[in-house]
Order: sequence, then structure tokens, then C-alpha cells
Amino acid sequence: MKEETEMSLILKPNFNEPGKRYFRAFTPGDDFYEALIETHHDLNDEQSAILNAKLVLLLANHIGDISVLREAMKLARQGIKGETA
Amino acid sequence: MLSTYQYPKYEYVQPPEQKNGKTQRYPVVVVGAGPVGLAAAIELAQSGVPVVLLDDDDTVSVGSRGVCYAKRALEVLDRIGVGDACVAKGVSWNVGRTFFREEEVYNFNLLPQPDHKRPGMINLQQYYLEEYEVKRAQELPNLDLRFRNKVVSVAPQGDGATLQVETPDGIYTLETDWLVVADGARSGIRRMMNLEIEGKVFMDRFLIADVVMKADFPAERWFWFDPPFHPGQSVLLHRQADNVYRIDFQLGWQADPEEEKKPENVIPRIRAMLGDDREFELEWVSVYTFQCRRMNDFRHGRVLFVGDAAHQVSPFGARGANSGIQDTDNLCWKLKLVIDGKAPSSLLDTYSDERGFAADENILNSTRSTDFITPKSKISLTFRNAVLTLAREHAFARALVNSGRLSVPTFLTESVLNTPDTDSFAGDMVPGAPLDDAPMRENGENFWLLDRVANRFMALVHVADPAAVDAEFGQKIEALTKAPIPLEVVLVAPQAGKSPSGLRVFEDYTGRYAERFDSEPGTVYLIRPDQHVAARWRSFEAARVTAALAKATCNA
Repeated sequence: MKEETEMSLILKPNFNEPGKRYFRAFTPGDDFYEALIETHHDLNDEQSAILNAKLVLLLANHIGDISVLREAMKLARQGIKGETA
Repeated sequence: MLSTYQYPKYEYVQPPEQKNGKTQRYPVVVVGAGPVGLAAAIELAQSGVPVVLLDDDDTVSVGSRGVCYAKRALEVLDRIGVGDACVAKGVSWNVGRTFFREEEVYNFNLLPQPDHKRPGMINLQQYYLEEYEVKRAQELPNLDLRFRNKVVSVAPQGDGATLQVETPDGIYTLETDWLVVADGARSGIRRMMNLEIEGKVFMDRFLIADVVMKADFPAERWFWFDPPFHPGQSVLLHRQADNVYRIDFQLGWQADPEEEKKPENVIPRIRAMLGDDREFELEWVSVYTFQCRRMNDFRHGRVLFVGDAAHQVSPFGARGANSGIQDTDNLCWKLKLVIDGKAPSSLLDTYSDERGFAADENILNSTRSTDFITPKSKISLTFRNAVLTLAREHAFARALVNSGRLSVPTFLTESVLNTPDTDSFAGDMVPGAPLDDAPMRENGENFWLLDRVANRFMALVHVADPAAVDAEFGQKIEALTKAPIPLEVVLVAPQAGKSPSGLRVFEDYTGRYAERFDSEPGTVYLIRPDQHVAARWRSFEAARVTAALAKATCNA
């Protein structure tokens, strides 16, 4: 937990949409997740992999701060080939 | 199988029409004595409307079926007189745990706040709920519950409907001004009227096993993604009354329902989950598929559809029976006002609009849950498992874990019955909101707000000191309560005290009401008979209350 507070990568729930009012805490995350899965609708595995790569690049540029991106990349890799923090 | 419950067999009584050969006309006929039709008939009868309730069977639900009853449904059941019996028999719970493979990755609490009468959810076999409702229905002299009365044809007319009803004594005719249709997902009336219900079927099968066993599992909902005892699929465990546990195994679309139902195939699945040492007995087994769909319009002239007859959802989230019970709560006060000539029949269109809005929300949430639980593509499964992996460490991913978004009432924010805010308020008690509960006190007696704010319009007027309310204010309020639409005005105050004008005083002795409603001296809330907010202001003006009341009843 201590490590998380020192990071600038946001790991708390952070989804919202301008102009939308939420009465249930789960709604903004579910809105995002549905849109994410829907983006892949009708694509084969290879097409989905390309879409994901493009999506990461677009979002990475939007975030811009490479130190934040390095944190995210490190966390994303954890546990995949036995890597730990 | 079926050892813990003795099914009642209700007596068939020959209907008066078949005894004396005369056709009769009734104000309201309800078709279908399931949990929703019973709730509708009881609520109408309690409000003074005579009701005939027809059911083709003579017992309650066979099998436990709908087992989760949410806080909001319990609040409605309280008002029809069966809430206490359900909560006493059921297993109350608030905490749900979600496991991925062998580890817990996420848990939720449905009711993290104190000071609510009812828990977030109870688990209770559907047959108990129906049994309590039948008992309540049979106490009401103006409710005529007819078992083994099967509707075989329906002819809607401009001013009502004519039904042909089959009993062991043959077929008779029955006429009604209003028909409430609660005959379930495969609604016979809907089919006879050639009405469409559209949506999507999910290509998956699930096995339900009710298991009787002695176990010390906590009263919590446990959900597994890809557990070692049922790899690649999901499993859900709920504790019900009488030491009965509901286990729900995802099987996949290829599974053969008849084969899967056989005890020799069910028992090894349960053993794999519970271990070889656990003694258990199978009580009930079923294999189901499901669909998410709704009728376009729940009102067709004088015919009103409620519950599964009008809309169906996937079971993840317990949004079926719970939303059906809320349908009746929305419908009955409106139908009563229309029958009494106090509101135009367009008020019933708002039943369809409001509950259609709720059905869309329920379908949206249960479809999202289903898509998360049973991913439809490889990439969807990859994302799902990535969320579950990240959820062990990171709060943002836990918020995305969707093992069912459990039934909560809809905020009817788009309703034409609402009077939009002109003053500013914090919190969620917006026009259209379902009321939050709060502890209250009246004449030294403690009670729950939701137990005393219902069945009629109420205005809650917040004052600092009830004793200081002057006579002029009292007169203004008295004039309001003499309007044709029944309205009761109650003072809410942080302290006890007698109002000189004789108004009732609710003492907000914990301050929860002030907190949850962002209420302060001067604040007025106008509450509908179904406990939704109709309007609110920072100061009392009789003319505004009158206008909002007219808007909330389509009399504007």
C-alpha cells in the first residue's frame, strides 16, 4: 500500500464521463468496460491484437508523462512470466 | 429429493359464475398468482379496490427458483404485510465475495451504511414468499383468489376485457374493467393478444442444484471465476433457509440439459466443490438458459403487464422477481387513482414509461454481468482475466469485476411526474429517487421512515421546532390536505415537540434524515405513494406543492 501512495499512476477507480450523473458506484466502470468490449465486436484475434496496440499507443500519448507510463508498463508485466514487483 | 418443504395444496372452490350461471364484471382481475401477481392483488385490495386473482395451479412455486430478495423489494413486501415473515425465515446478507481460480480477488458490501431497516438482500426460496403472500391474500375480504382457474382466451375492449376461464367445472366468462397480467415469462395472455417481446437469448446453460447440508459457510454470496473444481466456468453459492444451499454451475451451450440434470452427473460436480467428506442431499435440480428482453409497452389500453410477462433478465443480479415486485408498487397507486376518477388514464402510461426505464436499466446491468461472467470472444476472455488478475492488487480493477450488479431500485430521473429542482441540494435524493430509509420517532415511539411514508402522497416539512409552527402555517397546510388527491403533511424536526396545529411530528433523532436528504429547516419533500421523491424545495409554498401534486398525478 505504501508503494501505491508514492506512485503517480492512478490505481483508484477513476472513470467518469462529463455531464453524466452516477447513482451507483459501479456504473462508470461498467460503461467503460462495455465500450471496450464493443470496440472489439466482429474482429478476429489478429485484428483485436492490432486494435489493442493502437489503443495503447493513443492512450499513452494522451497520458504523455513517461514516468507514469513506465509504472503502468511495469505493473502490466507483473505475474506474466513470473516477474514480481 | 424435496425433503425440507411440504408443498401446500390450496382448495379449489367453484367460482360464483359457475354456480349461478351469471357473468359478473369486476374492477380489476389479476392473472397469475406468482410473487408479482400476488403482490399486485394484495396491494390493490389493501387500498380498497376489489380484486379477483386467477391462477391455473393450486400450489406455490415448484423448486426454489427466485431466491434473492433485495432491500427495495422487502420494503414493498413490508407494505403488503409479508416483509417480517420473509426476513424471519430468510437468510439476510450484505457481503459478496468473488474468487478467481483459488484466490479471493474482490468483495462488496451491499449496505455499508448503518440505520436502514432492511438488509441489502435476503435469500429465501420462492415457495416461502408465495406461501406468505397467499396467506396474506386470503386474509383480505375483497381479494378473491381462485386456484385452478386457467385463462383460455382474452378479448380486450375499450373499457376493459372479457376472459374465458377454465376450471375443473368447465369454462366460464368473466368481465373486468382492468386486467393486470402477471402470468410469467411465457405469458399466455401476451401470446393470446399477439404482442411481441423482443431481446436477445444468451447461448449458455446453467445448472442449479439445491443441496441440503450442515455447513458453517457464512451468510454471504460466493462467486467463483474459473475455480479448480469447475475449470473454465463460473460457480455461484447462496445459502437459503432450512440449511438449503443454492449452487449454480455454468455449463456452456453444448451441455445436454437432460443428461446434466441426472443425479449421477450432478453429484460429482458438487463433490468436486465441497470435498468428499461433506454429507449432503440433493433437493432440486434444474438446467436453465435465459434471455434479456422486454415488451415495447407495458400498457395496452386496459391491459397492464407486470413482472416477467413484461420483461426478463439474466439471473445475475437478482433483477427478475425484485423488479416485478417494484412494477406492482409503481402500478397499484396509479391504478387506484384512475379507478377512483382522481387521475386520467394517461397516468398509467407513466407506469409503462417508468418501469420500462427500470427494465432497460435492469437489462443493461444484467447483460453486462453476463458478458463479463461468460465472455463471448477470446479477446473478451483475455480482458476479463486481466481485470481479475489486476483486481488482487488494484482498487480500480476491483471496481470492474462484475459477478452480478445486484438489484437496486432505479432512479426515475426522466419521469414526467417529477417536478425538476429549482433549489440546490447535495446528495442523491433527487426528484425520481427511491427514498433512503432513516430512523424516526413519533410520540416517543421509534420506527423506520419507510414504514410510515407510503400508500399516499406525503409532504415532509422540515422545521427547527414543531412547537413554534404558527397557526397561519397550519391553516395553509390544512387547505392542502383537503384537495381531491389525498395528501398527508408531516413535520420533520430534530427535536420532539407538539405542533399547535395538530400536525404529526417525525423526530429525526439521529440526524440521518437531515444528512441523507440534505434537509434543513424549511426544506420540503413531496413523496409519492411508492416512496419515490416527486419534488423538493428549500421553503414551503402551498401553491408549489399543489402544482407538483397535480404534475405527479397527470392532473397538471
